[in-house]
Amino acid sequence: MLGAVFLIPLFPFVGFLVLAALGRKLGNPRAGWLATAMVLASFVTTVIVFTGLFERSPASRSYTQTWYSWFTVDRLHVTASLLVDPLSMTMALFVTGVSTLIHLYSIGYMSHDEQFPKFFVYLNLFVVSMLILVLGGNFLLTFLGWEGVGVCSYFLISFWFDRPSAASAGKKAMIFNRIGDAGFLLAMFLIFERTGSLQYTTVFSRLGHVGTPSLTAIALLLFLGAAGKSAQLPLYPWLADAMEGPTPVSALIHAATMVTAGVYLMCRVAPILHLAPDAAHVVAIVGVATAFLGATIACAQNDIKKILAYSTISQLGYMFLAVGVGAYVAAIFLMLTHAFYKALLFLGAGSVIHAMGDEQDTKRFGALARLMPITSITFLIAWLSIGGVPPFSGFWSKGDVLENAYAMSPLLYVVGALTAVLTAYYLGRCYLLTFRGKQRWAEARRDGKGAGLHPHDPSWLMTLPLVVLAAASTVAGIINLPIHPFDLLQRWLDPVVGAQLRQLHFSVGTEWVFAIGDAVLAALGVSIAIGLWRRVAEHPALEPVFLRRAWYIDWAYDSFVARGSTEVAQVTFDDVETKGIDGAVNGFGGLVAAAGRRLRTVQTGYVRNYALGLMGGLVLILAYVVVRAFA
Amino acid sequence: MHLFLASATLPDTITFAIAAAICIVGSLGVVVSTHPVHSALMLVMTLFGVAVLFVEENAQFLAAVQVIVYAGAIVVLFLFVIMLLGVDRAESIAADPLRGQRLTALLLGLLVLAEVVLLGRGRWPTGAHSTAGALNQGTKPNVNVLGTSIFTTFLLPFEITSALLVIAIVGAVVLARRPRRPVGGASSPIPSAKGLTGPPEAEGDDTDRGPLQMGVEDLEDSDGLEAGRPGVPATHGQEGSKS
Amino acid sequence: MTVSAAWYLTLAAAMFSIGAIGLLVRRNVLVMFMCVELMLNAANLTFVTFARELNDVGGQAVVFFVLVVAAAEVVVGLGIIVAIYRRRLGATADDIHVLKG
Repeated sequence: MLGAVFLIPLFPFVGFLVLAALGRKLGNPRAGWLATAMVLASFVTTVIVFTGLFERSPASRSYTQTWYSWFTVDRLHVTASLLVDPLSMTMALFVTGVSTLIHLYSIGYMSHDEQFPKFFVYLNLFVVSMLILVLGGNFLLTFLGWEGVGVCSYFLISFWFDRPSAASAGKKAMIFNRIGDAGFLLAMFLIFERTGSLQYTTVFSRLGHVGTPSLTAIALLLFLGAAGKSAQLPLYPWLADAMEGPTPVSALIHAATMVTAGVYLMCRVAPILHLAPDAAHVVAIVGVATAFLGATIACAQNDIKKILAYSTISQLGYMFLAVGVGAYVAAIFLMLTHAFYKALLFLGAGSVIHAMGDEQDTKRFGALARLMPITSITFLIAWLSIGGVPPFSGFWSKGDVLENAYAMSPLLYVVGALTAVLTAYYLGRCYLLTFRGKQRWAEARRDGKGAGLHPHDPSWLMTLPLVVLAAASTVAGIINLPIHPFDLLQRWLDPVVGAQLRQLHFSVGTEWVFAIGDAVLAALGVSIAIGLWRRVAEHPALEPVFLRRAWYIDWAYDSFVARGSTEVAQVTFDDVETKGIDGAVNGFGGLVAAAGRRLRTVQTGYVRNYALGLMGGLVLILAYVVVRAFA
Repeated sequence: MHLFLASATLPDTITFAIAAAICIVGSLGVVVSTHPVHSALMLVMTLFGVAVLFVEENAQFLAAVQVIVYAGAIVVLFLFVIMLLGVDRAESIAADPLRGQRLTALLLGLLVLAEVVLLGRGRWPTGAHSTAGALNQGTKPNVNVLGTSIFTTFLLPFEITSALLVIAIVGAVVLARRPRRPVGGASSPIPSAKGLTGPPEAEGDDTDRGPLQMGVEDLEDSDGLEAGRPGVPATHGQEGSKS
Repeated sequence: MTVSAAWYLTLAAAMFSIGAIGLLVRRNVLVMFMCVELMLNAANLTFVTFARELNDVGGQAVVFFVLVVAAAEVVVGLGIIVAIYRRRLGATADDIHVLKG
């Protein structure tokens, strides 16, 4: 059964090829159905492989499928091989599962778009890349998927490329990711230099011979890559702009799957991180700082997708906090639950945006709960879940992270707890502004079309994923309850990260204190939100410009990095390129042309003149022979 | 000088002297005769002289081939062409239109002569011996020795020469044949040959000219290339007229 | 025993030079061709002389091949000349200079 693992990325790849070739002919909506079917097939295969893996004993839950030797350069042997172990299967399972739902949703969401087939070409290619990233048996194959999802992200952010904002948002994502990728590449070079391999299993078995400074460098460089992909400080601003893409893309790529690739990578290299505690500290601190920063910014945003984007940044920070404190299972747990409720939030937001005629400003929504009951209820579940209200899944996963953070440093716990309150608060604000309070959309629309709107829940294509995800968000907590027979994920991932896990030694009483504390934090955030935003839509004091402008970090990037480098590029173009390089090239060309004009007179066209030249050559050669013979 | 003659018998020396004189006179005759037919006859004379020298040097087979192939076939072919084309007019060789050509040619020719004579003074740069087998093999006649060598050591080159000859024959036929009528572009399998050998009245047909065609037509107005000539890209023509 | 090889080589050099000079000064294409034949014969004579001097049959074999090549060359060359003369009677080598740079 494990041998079927190659089918997992193959299905969407076939879908990609077929759609790329025939997508236009299949048209709307058949292209979407095909893509969805392919991803669904991939999901089913994943379940089968997962079952196969589950039936094995925990110690032997690692299976490598080698396709062929990719290339060999001197000592570097790279194979195209897939690694099946509990970590990669967990990832594959939720990637394919969430992808299937979002594909389904997209059929409805994109149904009016002219480029409907192209959208699914990209979406399928993205799934292929993501699966290769997750299943890849060595760093290089993972990097291939890493770049693949990066380029798909670029395509999909810029999907409506006729909008200048979308085009430049794609560019921004690309550039920020390139910085991170450089770190990934350097890390791979260093890994190969120190261990002589890029295969995960081999690398990890040779870590004993590598010095701590090297390991710290490797871990930090990998974290740079992860920070680029997962939008952590300081490489996070691209994710907010990435919301220019269609909403299903935001849900799939920029909330559930691709941006968690960094977290996955850090969990994958847990053995390295474990031996480099300094690097782990950096990861934890950056993670918690990003979590707090993202949460504060989200409090002051009005664009519904921007709120969710900053929320994603914040939640990813949580995951890195978990990784940094050695709680890899908690990180994966949070990643899973987050994938459910964040995808749900985005899809709900997509429904609202659809219903409101492409309006995204929460200040222009209001009172949609009665008109869009399904969307409203699922959004509410997502809010309570991400806010950490028991018994929703977010309560369990976030509690797990905070507990581990406390075990490392109370300071991390304090910041994390503050962020938890903010999380419950800003999503409450978002929910209340959108679905409760006064109806504001009829008058507020700038183009005056508001009055003609009749908001309603979308078709079943779009509501089915909402319902499924809402159910998952509600109950997903049971896969890793802190009570022994129910800590499924913990035991499942034990063969992979068990040796590197931080061991917690809390008594049952302390556990209860933490649980109650988490619930109180969530309740605090929720009640503040309700208290402030239930009826009122404006609280200028709570939306300071400083936060609305995202701590002026974008502005700083723009002023100090972007403008400067644009200036340098301009100077380089004007002076170096135009005058220097072009001048040299054209000058050389001119030189050759001038020489040709001079030398062409040699070609008289008279054959006897040419014969004269031959004769002269003969005389010279003979003269050489004579000199050699007599000298 | 004496050393050169030391080992030679008198009849051999006399034979060589006469044959050499014939060769030199014949060669000079080829060059200075104003009439092509005279040149050809002088060439025959030279070839006979060389054949005698071949015999002197124990190359009886080559001497025979020299007479049969060169004198008998090649020169006859020359004469045949001369007669066929009717160009048996005397050529004025009083002056050369290319300035300095004659003087330079003379100078270079004498330089080559001097250099080869210098090299001929007994010190040859290479002293390599017999890579293809000995020439003198007891009483075995020259024809046998040469034949054995050609059909064993030089078998592959020998076979290749047969291909060369076939190609040459085909080439000659293609060059010399007249185009079939009408002079349509597609009807002729070899367009360039058709253009080359087409009769003068077909000159108006500009559609399908071979590369040599231009050169030949250009002879009519020998002031060189002009822009807009058929088959020549206009830009080249303008470049040419600029200089 | 005939005269020493040096004589033959000198004679061959003289023939070669005469042929070369003729090629350079004559304008009649046919005569130029004959001059080429002269040069080839001079080379042949050299080969035969060295074959004798070094007791190597290879020299004579090469002459044999030169004869074949010369025959082929004359056939094609005369074919070209015939083609040229058909278009323009009495053309000399100097009249064909289209490839002027």
